[in-house]
Amino acid sequence: MDLEILIENVLNAVTAGITIGCIYGLMCIGLGLIFGIMRIVNFAQGEFLMLGMFASFYLVTGGKVLAFLGPYWGPFIGAICAAPAVFVGGAVLHKFLISRVSGLRTAGSLDEGHFGQLVVTLGISLILQNGGQIVFGSTPVAVRTPLSSEAYLIGPVYGAATVFLNKAKLIAFFVAILVAIVLYLTLEYTRLGKALRAAADNPTAATYMGIEVDTAYRIAFGLGAGITAIAGGLMATYISFGPFVGFDYVIIMYSGVVLGGMGSILGAFWGGLTVGFVQQFSALILPPQLQNAAIFVVFLMIVLLRPQGLFGRSAERA
Amino acid sequence: MRQGTGRQLRRNLTALAVVSVAYLVVTLFVANSYYQLILTLVPVWALFGVSWNILSGYGGQLSFGHASFFGIGAYTVTLAVVYWSLSPWLGILLGMMLGGLAAIAIGLPTFRLRGHYFALSMLAYPLAILYVLQYLGFQEVSMPMHREHPVVFMEFSEPRLYTLIAVCLLVGGVVVSLVIESSRFGLALLAIRQNELAAEAAGINARLWKMRSLVVSGMMAAVAGGFYARVLVVVTPDSVFGMLVSAQAVVVTLFGGVASVWGPLIGAAILVPLAETLQAELGTYLPGIQGVVYGIAIIAIMLRSPDGLFWTIRDRWFRQKASTPIPDLMPVMTPPARPASARAGAPLLTVENLSRAFGGLKAVSAVSFSIAEGEILGIIGPNGAGKTTLFNVLNGVLSADDGSAQLAGQPMLGRKTFEVCRMGVGRTFQVVRSFPRLPVLDNVIVGAYGAGLSDRDAIASAVRALHQVGLQDQSGVAAGQLTNKQLRLMELARALAGSPRLLLLDETLAGLAREECDNVLEVLAQLREQGMTICIIEHTMHAMMRLADRFVVLDHGRVLATGLPRAVVENTSVIEAYLGKKWLARQNA
Repeated sequence: MDLEILIENVLNAVTAGITIGCIYGLMCIGLGLIFGIMRIVNFAQGEFLMLGMFASFYLVTGGKVLAFLGPYWGPFIGAICAAPAVFVGGAVLHKFLISRVSGLRTAGSLDEGHFGQLVVTLGISLILQNGGQIVFGSTPVAVRTPLSSEAYLIGPVYGAATVFLNKAKLIAFFVAILVAIVLYLTLEYTRLGKALRAAADNPTAATYMGIEVDTAYRIAFGLGAGITAIAGGLMATYISFGPFVGFDYVIIMYSGVVLGGMGSILGAFWGGLTVGFVQQFSALILPPQLQNAAIFVVFLMIVLLRPQGLFGRSAERA
Repeated sequence: MRQGTGRQLRRNLTALAVVSVAYLVVTLFVANSYYQLILTLVPVWALFGVSWNILSGYGGQLSFGHASFFGIGAYTVTLAVVYWSLSPWLGILLGMMLGGLAAIAIGLPTFRLRGHYFALSMLAYPLAILYVLQYLGFQEVSMPMHREHPVVFMEFSEPRLYTLIAVCLLVGGVVVSLVIESSRFGLALLAIRQNELAAEAAGINARLWKMRSLVVSGMMAAVAGGFYARVLVVVTPDSVFGMLVSAQAVVVTLFGGVASVWGPLIGAAILVPLAETLQAELGTYLPGIQGVVYGIAIIAIMLRSPDGLFWTIRDRWFRQKASTPIPDLMPVMTPPARPASARAGAPLLTVENLSRAFGGLKAVSAVSFSIAEGEILGIIGPNGAGKTTLFNVLNGVLSADDGSAQLAGQPMLGRKTFEVCRMGVGRTFQVVRSFPRLPVLDNVIVGAYGAGLSDRDAIASAVRALHQVGLQDQSGVAAGQLTNKQLRLMELARALAGSPRLLLLDETLAGLAREECDNVLEVLAQLREQGMTICIIEHTMHAMMRLADRFVVLDHGRVLATGLPRAVVENTSVIEAYLGKKWLARQNA
């Protein structure tokens, strides 16, 4: 009997770990572009996630712009539609604020401008969180879809042990993987992708090769923001959220990116997946309030023990 | 006390006395209890900023998690009153001690990280504590009243008394900070902030000083938090461990002026009343306006004047008169003469079979050589031959895979960089590593402190080193304003100030014009006269031919040849390594 419960719990942790992990993976890719590749320390990444959630919320539930799509398709299309809005926002932020403390301006300076980036993005984060409270209010909201309370049942596999696959999470999982694949192919094989990677990798050399580094940066930063926003929109279908939600996830994102190895998009995805897995498994033994604390402990262990990441090749030079 | 800081310290203390008395006088005229509360909170947040400034301003170790210490202070005071009916006066002391212990517990693992990894990790601590407290059920704890002992429990009906205590606490914090600023503690922190590796190579134990600054900072932050809890009576995890609390310290300090004790005071005096008033006036319509104001404030200050208001104002209106040169009365000592036996050529440094690989690349492989006392050994070799790696292994920046190195019979390997320096090994770098904002004299004093000299001796030693390299007239100039040649000489002086037995010079002549090069060579020749032992890496052959007694030629990490300069440059394998086989074949044809 106890064994049945154990098996059921473990199997559900595995499936939840995979589905949620892949959504975290997508979320981490966004930060992976900004922090892993462009080496911009972005404190406000959690707020891009939050903006993605609210963009999706207003498109689907609040503003009902996409209400005609129905409660099944709407939320997921809304999540994808959140990307362009946050992309533009990210690009604008980059143009007016971030570009002044990163890229060509700080290449070669003593700390590569990290001090300035930490401070400016902390400011952006404060403004977006608290401004979000003014604009969106502080009552938690959710993108309503009947799918979030429905599940596919697999089993019983062992005795009465059954695997529950939440429908909203499952669809969100497929959308996340699809977006991640499209993004990967774009970055890997298109001209734009190569220019972005070149500019991010070595801005000075890229300028000499005729790449408009500033534009490339703006696009890459916007893309990083937009990708995380999609993940936010997807998560909005199964959690409720407020303007301060970003904070819980920014550490998860940094864990994922560092774990996956700096500078690798695929690594960021695997890193996010791993963190999602750890989080779901910690739920087996830890009370829910301590799950977030567990993530912080995991993060500290990652940066202390393997700052080069599990999948990364080159270590950040100390 | 450092050179010239005594007067500055007295001036700052006078200013502090004037400001705090003026502040208290203003308090007397404020009757409204809400405004009085704001007047109490300004010094509290200023104190918190001062504490952050010690670690992150002077030391440059950016912490986004200072709420850890603030919150520990706040919860200690509150829970001590709730469970033990302990007086907040003692509670604050207890909180201070716990804050210091927390600093050690947090610092031990976290100081292994640098730069933004350190900043991000510090962020994780208060949040982890926050979740744990929520789990333990301390969502909202309020302090019970003890009306029978109002003084013991800091329960004053007169709100001005809270302001008085807050100002006293702040004055205490500022004095601590001023003392640090004017001592070797402060100089070590400034040096670490500007160039940690250079500070280590100059003998500064960076890890230890950072740890000390975190402990002092954590204790001070806990005091601020403890008193804050007493003033507000109710604590919640979010109000003392939350992100906005950590941000508060960062924001008031950056806004007011980083690495100046006045910065947090100015920042708090402007931002706290502004944010509180806005919150009170507009809070109902615009909740969170405080955070927005803080966000705008730090972005604006970062983009307009990244060092904060204090420095901008000072640079614009109170530009300091040209710094005073070294006082003439300082006797210029002649460097201690070496015993005659030292000249006899007993080996000072012996390197045997030293190896270091990076993955599959053998950067240094089975290198053996020795340097006699008083000798100048030139290390030459093509790019990538492993010369700089050899130096890095010798002075502890990198660890060796194999082999041994001894300085006068004592093993050098396996020691930290600052320890190697204290054994008597001075080092300069291929790319100059200076402390650009410190004046030349302070740059050099860092080296003398590194050697463990007392304040008096350190200044004397630094002055002597500046005379040795001929930079005595530039002693008051910030290092950032020096020419390349002067920087090279200053780095040399910094190494000399620790009275080393052996100097490791890494391409000291790189990027210098012929004339400047001769200039530096003269200085080195003089050092040789004084009996200094030097190991120098150099590419400029004509210079090396004049300077070095003996050459060691490295190629692909191996010793290719050793010997007298003339013999080495005629060695065919050396010519081959430098100019290629074809060239050699054509010469011989």
